[in-house]
Amino acid sequence: MHLFLEQLLNGVAQGAIYALVTLGLTLVYGILRVLHVAHAAVYTVGAYLGLLVFNTTGSLALAFAGAMAGCALLGVLIERLVYFPLLKYPPYVPLIGSIAVMLSIEELLRLVAGPYILTFPAKLPFPALHVGGFQISPTLTAVYVITALVLLVLWFITGRTEVGLAMRAASQDMPVADAMGIDSHFVVSLTFVLGSAIAAVAGVLVGIYYNQVYPTMGSVPAYKTLAIIVVGGMGSVSGAVIASLLLGIAETLLIGYANIPLPRDALAFIAMIAVLMWRREGLMGSGR
Amino acid sequence: MSAYVITIATLIVIYAIVVCGLNVIVGYAGQISLGHAAFFGIGAYTAALLATKGHFSFWGALPLVILISGLVGLLLGLPSLRVRDDFLAITTIGINFIVEAVFLYVPFFGGALGIGGIPRVMLAGIKLKGAAFLLLCLFFLAVVLAVCWWFTRSWAGLACFALREEEQAAASMGISPVRFKLTAFVLGTGMAGLGGALYAHYMRFISATDFSFPVSITLLAMLVIGGMGNLWAPLLGAVILGVLPELFRPIVDYRMLFYTGLLLLMIRFQPGGLLGEGSFLRRRLRLKPGRAAA
Repeated sequence: MHLFLEQLLNGVAQGAIYALVTLGLTLVYGILRVLHVAHAAVYTVGAYLGLLVFNTTGSLALAFAGAMAGCALLGVLIERLVYFPLLKYPPYVPLIGSIAVMLSIEELLRLVAGPYILTFPAKLPFPALHVGGFQISPTLTAVYVITALVLLVLWFITGRTEVGLAMRAASQDMPVADAMGIDSHFVVSLTFVLGSAIAAVAGVLVGIYYNQVYPTMGSVPAYKTLAIIVVGGMGSVSGAVIASLLLGIAETLLIGYANIPLPRDALAFIAMIAVLMWRREGLMGSGR
Repeated sequence: MSAYVITIATLIVIYAIVVCGLNVIVGYAGQISLGHAAFFGIGAYTAALLATKGHFSFWGALPLVILISGLVGLLLGLPSLRVRDDFLAITTIGINFIVEAVFLYVPFFGGALGIGGIPRVMLAGIKLKGAAFLLLCLFFLAVVLAVCWWFTRSWAGLACFALREEEQAAASMGISPVRFKLTAFVLGTGMAGLGGALYAHYMRFISATDFSFPVSITLLAMLVIGGMGNLWAPLLGAVILGVLPELFRPIVDYRMLFYTGLLLLMIRFQPGGLLGEGSFLRRRLRLKPGRAAA
C-alpha cells in the first residue's frame, strides 16, 4: 500500500509536468490550428535559460523569471517568422516547419551548451509534507504547488479577463473576432507568450526534478504531447490536463506493476489510437 | 568508382525508392504520413527474418516482403479513412513509435540486438556486392519510377489527385475515397517494403533505430525538398540530402544544423519544393529553352 501510494504520487507529479508542457501546445492549437512541435524545443531552451540565470545569480526566482521572459520571446519569434507566413498552406506545411524549428534549436543548443547532461543543483524552497505518517518530498510538493498555481493563473487569464475573452473569441472564429474589433494577430502572439512562458516553467521544473538538463530533453515530450492533446480533445485545456494526469499515473503504475513488453513512451500513442478509433473528439472535446 | 562513392550511391538509390512510395501517399493522394520509416522497417525486418530464419532467397522472399508491407500498409491505412490532416499526421507519428517499440522489445524481432547475418543477394550463382548491387538497386528504382509514372496516368492516379484537391467534391463525383486512399497506401507502403528488403540485404545487419521517427522526417524532408507530387522529386531529394552531408563532412559538427536549417528555409520560402509549381528552379528551367531559341 505504501509503495502504491508512492508510485501514485510520482505518477501525479509526472502527469503535472506533462500538463505544463501540453498547455502551451493546446492553447496554440486552439487558436492557430498548428501542431506546435517546436514547443518542446522552447521548453528545453527554458531549462537552459533557467540554469544559466541560476548559475550566474544564484536566485531561483530570477531563474524562473528569466526563463519565462526568454521563452516568451522565442515563442513569439517562432510564430511571427515561421507559422504566420505558412498559415495559407495545407496544415502539413507549418507542421514540417515546426519539426524543422524543433530540430534546429536542439542542434543549436548542442553546439552552444555541449552534448552533455548538465546538473541543476537548485533546491526548491518547499517543505516536506507529512500526511498520516506518509511523507511527500519537497520536490514533489513543489511540482504540485507550482502546477496548481500555473493552472489557476491560466484559468484566471482566460476565464476572467478581457484579454482571455479576446483569446477565446479568436480561437472560435478569427475573421468574426477581427470584425468585432479584436486585434487577432496580437491575441495569437499573446497566446504564444503565455504558452511559452508556461513551457519555461515546465523546463526549469523538470531540470530541477530530475537534476538533468540536456539538448534532447524535449524530443520525447515533443511527440508525446501531441498524443496527449488528441486524447484530451484537440484544443481543450481541461481535457489536456486530465489526459496528462491520467497518462502520468498510467505510465508510472504500469512500469511499477505490470511487466508489459513495451516502453512507456509507446503507451501514449496506443491510448491515442484507441481514442481516435472510438471517441474521436477526445475526452473533453466538443467534436467540432 | 571507389567503394566510398558506391556505398553513398547505393544508399541514395534505396532511399529514393522508399521516398517514391511516400510520394504516392503524400504527393499523389494527399494523405500526410510522418511514419513512413515504419513501413521501410517492416519491409527490412520481413526480408531479414525470411532470409535468416526462413532460409528464403532474396528473390523468393521479395514478393512476400512487398505483399506483407502492403498488407500492413492497408491495415494501418485504415485510420486515414477516419482521421484527416492533423489527426492523420499524429496517428502516423504514433504508428512509427509503436512499430519501433515492437521491433525493440519483442524478442522475435531480435530486440535491442537487431538482426545480423543477413546473406547477400544472389543472382545467377553470383553474390551481388559493390557496383553490381548498385545496378540491382538502380533497376528496382527504374521499376518503381515506371510504376509511379503509370500510376499518375492511370484512372486510380487521377482519382487520387481529385481526392487530394477536394475530397468531398471528388466523392460526390462517384470517386470512392476508401478505395483510392487505400490503393495509394498499399502501393506506397509496398515500395517502402521493397526499399527495406534492399536495405536489409545491403547492410546485412538491421536494428530498430534504423527505422525510428527521425528517419521518417528525413524521408519526408527528401520529398519536400524535391517537390511533393513530382515524379522525379524523390530522386532529386534523395540525391541532395544524400550528397550534402558528405560534402559537409569537414565541418561535421555543424552538419545536422545545416541540414535542419535547409529544411526550415525550404519549407518557409519554397514549400512546393525544388520541382514544385512556381519554384525558382522551374522558372529557371523554363527560361532556358526560350533563350536558346532566341
